[in-house]
Amino acid sequence: MDKYQYLIALAVLTFAIGLAGVVIRRNLMVVLMCVEVMLNSVVLAFVVFAARSGDLAGAAMAFFLYIAAACEIAVAMAIVVMLVERRGSLDLAAGYELRG
Amino acid sequence: MSGVLVAVFGVMAVVFALGVVALRQPMRAALALIAHMVSLAAIFACLEVHVVALFQILIYVGAVMVFMVYAIMLLDDRDTSYTHVFSRWSLPAVVVVAVLVVALGAMLAQWTPAAPAAIVRGSAPFSFSAFSTEFMTHYWFHFEVASVLLVIGIVAAWAVIAERR
Repeated sequence: MDKYQYLIALAVLTFAIGLAGVVIRRNLMVVLMCVEVMLNSVVLAFVVFAARSGDLAGAAMAFFLYIAAACEIAVAMAIVVMLVERRGSLDLAAGYELRG
Repeated sequence: MSGVLVAVFGVMAVVFALGVVALRQPMRAALALIAHMVSLAAIFACLEVHVVALFQILIYVGAVMVFMVYAIMLLDDRDTSYTHVFSRWSLPAVVVVAVLVVALGAMLAQWTPAAPAAIVRGSAPFSFSAFSTEFMTHYWFHFEVASVLLVIGIVAAWAVIAERR
């Protein structure tokens, strides 16, 4: 296994860890952080392929992912604060009242 | 030497990612996430993709995580999610994620990468000057669209804040 295969395996592993966090954690803020872990693993994969091929496309894609992440976090934080004010809780299990 | 550093920072990245999932207090999880991002930036630097390493620190750690830490400080720490950390679906979720990892690992094991591109000695394809020139030559339209996306994000956040009033 060379350095690049190791890093792609690392990206897969951190993506899975982030996905597990999104599913198993109940705190809304921590769930958002786990989404960031997943996004970071995608950036890692793009950068590894860019470094391996010496091509700029992967690095440019990482730059656009940063912009998307900045937008996402700005909107997500506003929604989180609004939800907490309305429901009084960060607990995702408090959303079970949505069941029909 | 670079390979050893990549391995060390890779292990650190996994450990801190596990910390994000496992730590009870969101502030500690946020600090673990910052350490995870710094580890990834170190890996990018080891790969000589310095421009993305700097973006990782400036944008993610400097902007996104500071914003997140401010939001955590605004919220109440007596929430029920602080005492009941994990969902009741934890076990099935971990099983599904383990299956996903095994499947992706099997695909990765069958992957035989082509030989890496020959990078000319002395040329730094990911230096700031090279990146800037190439980026504004080939990706100027995408960059303009991204700026529109940023404006949409600002308007959306503003709309949510207006909804609160």
